Amino acid sequence: MTQKEFLNIVMPFKDKVFRLAKRLLVSTEEAEDATQEVLLKLWNNKKKIAEYRNVEAFSMTMTKNYCFDKLKSKQAQNLKIVHSNYEEKNTPLQKQVELNDSVSWVAKIIEELPEQQKMIIQLRDIEEYDFDEIAKMLEMNNTAVRVALSRARKTIREKLTNTHNYGIK
Amino acid sequence: MVLNNIEKLLEKYENGETSLKEEQVLKNYFASDTVAPHLEMYKPMFAYFLGNQQERFTKDVPLKTKTIFNYKWISVAAVAVLMFGFYYGNSISNNDLGTYEDPQLAFNEFSKSMEMISSKFNKGASTVSYLNEVNKGTSTLGYLNEIENTTRIIFKN
Repeated sequence: MTQKEFLNIVMPFKDKVFRLAKRLLVSTEEAEDATQEVLLKLWNNKKKIAEYRNVEAFSMTMTKNYCFDKLKSKQAQNLKIVHSNYEEKNTPLQKQVELNDSVSWVAKIIEELPEQQKMIIQLRDIEEYDFDEIAKMLEMNNTAVRVALSRARKTIREKLTNTHNYGIK
Repeated sequence: MVLNNIEKLLEKYENGETSLKEEQVLKNYFASDTVAPHLEMYKPMFAYFLGNQQERFTKDVPLKTKTIFNYKWISVAAVAVLMFGFYYGNSISNNDLGTYEDPQLAFNEFSKSMEMISSKFNKGASTVSYLNEVNKGTSTLGYLNEIENTTRIIFKN
């Protein structure tokens, strides 16, 4: 397999890999590293690519596992920065600014979800995969995916309603 | 009517029962400017989803073809070096020895060296003949067995 053929296979979903990694790892740099790592692993195993039935789903699973490993090692390092005393001081006046702000609120809310729900929201609402594919990628069954998705969506809606009603927290 | 439909879809959406097409309908609705006021809070969510799709991976991936170092070539190189070594080593020793052109001369030289070997060998063998004396000594010791036999008979009685 030449470099060009490989890139043709990988190109369509490399952004999805990156976004999933970013969803889990939060930082852009780390997500970039993770994507690079995943793509390199695929490249090194390029002889086996033909054997995989679904390269995209396989790489998503790989990304998930890689990010989990990363998160685990990070927890082991015991380095955590918590913004517990951080508060937004200036209230935006314009509606556009307000919308932008609430969009970033969505990001924050999703960030607070459990990892599994994060990934499912990412794969379903942003990448628009169907349930069977998500189930395969996350090595779960179909109903479990649906339940987790519903839970995540409800949480997001509840928190959004709260912030919407009270203004900015 | 449209609003009713959207509300129904939203309920289905929260239960995780919407199809991808229905979700697309929702996304389009909330991307438009005519969102009902009581549904306003959904707007940032769908805006976020759409906005997040645009994020791209821009970093280059260094795809090196020769990442796997081939150790086979080391053995090939080693064999080549060894071959050179043998070749030159042999050629040097061959030059030193030289050879005879005339078979008669070669035969003479050969028999001379063989004679030398045999004379040296005989010298060595003659010194070995002293060992016969030792054998003689041990054979006389055999008589002691006779004495032992007789003493055994005596003690039995």
